[in-house]
Order: sequence, then C-alpha cells, then structure tokens
Amino acid sequence: MSTARHSTARSIAAHGVLILYTMIALFPVFVIVVNSFKSRRAIFADPLALPTPATFDLVGYRTVLQQGDFLLYFQNSMIVTLGSLFFVLLFGAMAAFALSEYRFRGNALMGLYLALGIMIPIRLGTVAILQMMVASGLVNTLMALVLVYTAQGLPLAVFILSEFMRGVSDDLKNAGRIDGLSEYTIFFRLVLPLVRPAMATVAVFTMIPIWNDLWFPLILAPSEATKTITLGSQVFIGQFVTNWNAVLAALGLAIVPVLVMYLIFSRQLIRGITAGAVK
Amino acid sequence: MGALTLSQVTKSFGRTDVIKGVDLAVEDGEFCVFVGPSGCGKSTLLRMIAGLEDVSSGEVAIDGARINELAPARREIAMVFQSYALYPHLTVRDNMGLALKQAGSSRAQIAAATDKAAGMLALGPLMDRRPAELSGGQRQRVAIGRAIVRTPKLFLFDEPLSNLDAALRVATRIEIARLHRELGATMIYVTHDQVEAMTLADKIVVLNAGRVAQVGAPMDLYNDPDNTFVAGFIGSPQMNFLKSGLLGLRSDLLGIRPEHLAISTETGQIAGRVSHVEKLGGETLVYAATEGHGLLTVRLFGEHDFAVDAPVWLTPDAARTLHFDAGGQRLRH
Repeated sequence: MSTARHSTARSIAAHGVLILYTMIALFPVFVIVVNSFKSRRAIFADPLALPTPATFDLVGYRTVLQQGDFLLYFQNSMIVTLGSLFFVLLFGAMAAFALSEYRFRGNALMGLYLALGIMIPIRLGTVAILQMMVASGLVNTLMALVLVYTAQGLPLAVFILSEFMRGVSDDLKNAGRIDGLSEYTIFFRLVLPLVRPAMATVAVFTMIPIWNDLWFPLILAPSEATKTITLGSQVFIGQFVTNWNAVLAALGLAIVPVLVMYLIFSRQLIRGITAGAVK
Repeated sequence: MGALTLSQVTKSFGRTDVIKGVDLAVEDGEFCVFVGPSGCGKSTLLRMIAGLEDVSSGEVAIDGARINELAPARREIAMVFQSYALYPHLTVRDNMGLALKQAGSSRAQIAAATDKAAGMLALGPLMDRRPAELSGGQRQRVAIGRAIVRTPKLFLFDEPLSNLDAALRVATRIEIARLHRELGATMIYVTHDQVEAMTLADKIVVLNAGRVAQVGAPMDLYNDPDNTFVAGFIGSPQMNFLKSGLLGLRSDLLGIRPEHLAISTETGQIAGRVSHVEKLGGETLVYAATEGHGLLTVRLFGEHDFAVDAPVWLTPDAARTLHFDAGGQRLRH
C-alpha cells in the first residue's frame, strides 16, 4: 500500500525524530559557539542566552590569538591529522586490496589479526609506545603522533575497505591484467576510484578522533613547538581558575578545520562516480 | 597462429577438484564453445587459458608453446567479459587503445587499430563517450572492440551475452558470428545457453563436473551423443528418455528427440494422456503423461489441437532411437 508509506503523518513523525536528534547532537556545539562570543559574566549569568549587544564580547578570541602560538598549534594539528590520514588511507587500502584480491595461506587469519585493533584500545599500550618513542628519539616530534595515529586508524580502515574491495568487479581487474596493467596500476587506477565513497567514510571516521585527541599529544609531544590545538587549549584550564572565554573560543576555532574537511569528504560520500563501470 | 592445446589440465581449490583432467585441441581459426550447467568448470577452464587462474597440473599451450607460467598480458589473448568490464574513467577510444598503449605501440598505430575496430562494430559516433554514457549493448560492442584492437591469437568470451535482453542477444550473436568469419581468428566462447553454443560453434565442448563429456560439431552432438548427459543437455526441448525394458529392448535407456516421437489419438506403442500443450506458432509441443516413462515431450511442426487429458498413443521412430547402458553411456551397435 503505497498510500500508507507516503502518508504525511509518517513523514512528519520521521522528520520530527531526525530534527530532535539533530538538535541534541548540535546543542553542545551551539552552546560553545554562542558563549565564546559573550563576556565572562554573561556566560555564567545565562549560559543559554544568545549574545546581545550588551553581553557581546570578543575577549576570548583576543586572548586566544594573543596568548600562546595558536597558529602553530593549528598547523601542528593539521600536519598530524592530514599526515596520519594519508598513511591510514594508503596502507589501509593496500592491505585491504591484498586481503580481498589474493588467495594466500593465512589470508583469513591475517584479516582477523588486522581487525583485532578495532577491539583493543591502543591506549593500553601507551607505556610501551612511550618507551619506544624515547628509545628512537621521537619524543616531542609530530612524527611520533603520526606513527601512533596511523597504527590506531589502520584496523578500521582495513576492515571497511576490504569489504568494499570485495565488491569491485573481478572482471574489471582481470580485464586490466589481460591488457597488461601492473597490479599497482590496477590498484591505483581501477580499484581506488571505485571505492572512493568508502575511502571518504574511513577518512571521516579516522580524522575526527585524531583531531580531538588529547592523550597522545600530552604524553608524546607536549613541547611548545609540537602542541596540537586540543593540547594548546588546555593552557586556559587551570586547577583553580579557568578562562572560559578563551577555552570556548579555542574550541570554537578548532571546530572549523574539521568541519571543512568533513564537508570535503562528505561530498565524496554522496557522489557516486561508480555508475557505468560494470553492468 | 592461434591453435590451443590443453593436455591433462587440472585445477583444485584446496581439496576441491574443479577441473579433473581435460584434454582438448582447438585448431587455428576455429570457433569453440564450452557449454555445460553452472558449476561444471567451464568459466574456470577459460580463466586458466587466460592466465587468470593458475593451472594445478597439466599443460596449456598456444601454437605448441607452453604458456602455463606466462602472465595474462603476454599470452597474446583478448577476453570479453559478461559484465563488460570497461574502464569507467576512460573514453571508448582509450578503453580500446589501452592494451596497445601498455604494450608500447606508437600513437599512430593505436589510432589506426582503434579506428579499424570501431569501423567494424559501428562505434564511430561513440568514441569520445565514457562507459557510463553507453547502453548495455553498446558497452558490449566496445568490449568486443577492445578485444579486436589487440589482434590476439585467441579471443576468449566469458558469457558475453548473458546481461543483454533477448532481442539484443540475437543481434550480438549474429555480430559475433560475422566477426569470426571476417577475422578468421580462433575464438573460445563460454556459455550455459545451448542455443548460443549450437548457433555459433564449429566445435562444442560439453563439460560436466570438471570433465569433458563430449567434443564435436553441433549436429554431431545433437544426432550422435556419447552419453545421456550430452543427449539431455543439447537440444531444447530435452530429449525423452524411455525405459527400454518396458519396450522389450535389451539396453537400459532409450533416448528419442521430441520431433522423432509420433503421436496418435488411435493407436501406438506407448499409451498416455495429454497433460499440457504449448503452441508456439511454428511448432506445437505436447506433453504427455505416460505410465512407466513419466512425462514425454512431442514436438509437432505447425499448429495442432489436443485436448488436455485426452488419451494419446506415442510411437518412437525406430531409426532415430539412441540406446544407453545403465551408466548413461551410449551403446552403439
């Protein structure tokens, strides 16, 4: 009964639920952004009020831009996030291709081993990681963070991408082999473009935890030159006094780059360029 | 240039034997069709010839030279796939020219070869389109064109018509037959459709469970099958199998084609009742339920009327009967 499926009441109910969920999800972001534009007194007087001409104050942003080297922190976060993302996608896709494409002894075991990382939090190994970084002289370098985040992101990337790569037409890869394409060309030119939506999904899921992470920057790279934005924002949170204007302004600013990256990747998620490859 | 020989070729996936010792010789310029039910190993055998699957044991040779260890691109073969497998990011022209480009041919050579193939298949107006902008039939023509451009020793077709609708399938079938005549190239063609096999092949290889059941020209297989499998697989509607004992014969099974079974409302050898009648215009198929032999099919040419449930008598044409033993092997006298 198509009339039942398309009834207005159902449609309104579905939209109601979705709008409610969106509001719940966006509420904290909204509070952060709104309060970052208010004076300290106004934040505490009425946290949910919008900034009025009387309460509007950019002191938070001024503090952030004057104190500390926020531009450098941003740059560090960007380097670490994009660097890790690049390696996760490259190595994840390569491992996924090998697992999905080639029959070899221990294929299933290898896949399981690579997926194990999804279940075991990498933070359990923090002490050992720190020891290794100290031994290899990588403490207080961005490289240390890139390496750790790459390791952290790979299991999920391999897991998701190998599922998608299994879906890529065998005929297409075989046609490439018969036409004399190397396995690398088949991987980069035929398979990767077809799993682009999956790559974007992996990119989003990998990027956000890295950008937001406080743990590893604090332990592995806390020096002034290597601080990331999340770690940099912590200078405003004290044991006794917290500069809320500055914290909220820093967080408000930190949302922007990740939002931009998300918008870039989500376009890929939606755009299906695969049509016409097979069938 | 283009004779294929398989000697004692086998293929196992783990403990499962998929191909169990196949010997085959395909002559230069021959159109050879592998046919069989799904899971009989026909596609696997084709992929082994292409080099996409390793050969577990035995030898694959083109023009007498062993190619078991050669990479697919170096076997001088071209393959057309069921799903077309066109490169989505390349135009029709680039799709067709890629293999030559990879082989290091000059731009002029590539252009000449692609234009010639495009001319043969009437692809001229489509050359700058991408696969996504083509219909299914056009995509398959491009895929065939891509194979022609390489001037291979061996053309391999893996169920190329399965994704096309019925009208397009007939048209493309005729097109492939025409190309075979024009190019004079050796072609190996895999299909599960026995009509395609009968209409295209010089030589049909019927495969059953990883073994060759029989090799021969289409009419040889139709008129002179070696066993009940081939007799039942080739021909539509299927051959009727009668129990010889009930007819007072010494063999175990008696095979008779539906068109060699006479039907009468008055008298005959086997009594039965009409259970269903299919009128196709040019021919009429009568299904008669008989005691002992089960449902038998009679093919009559032209239009005929039979009432369902009416009693009928069937008589096999003794000159056209085939006799089989209990194991399904043909008994030749």
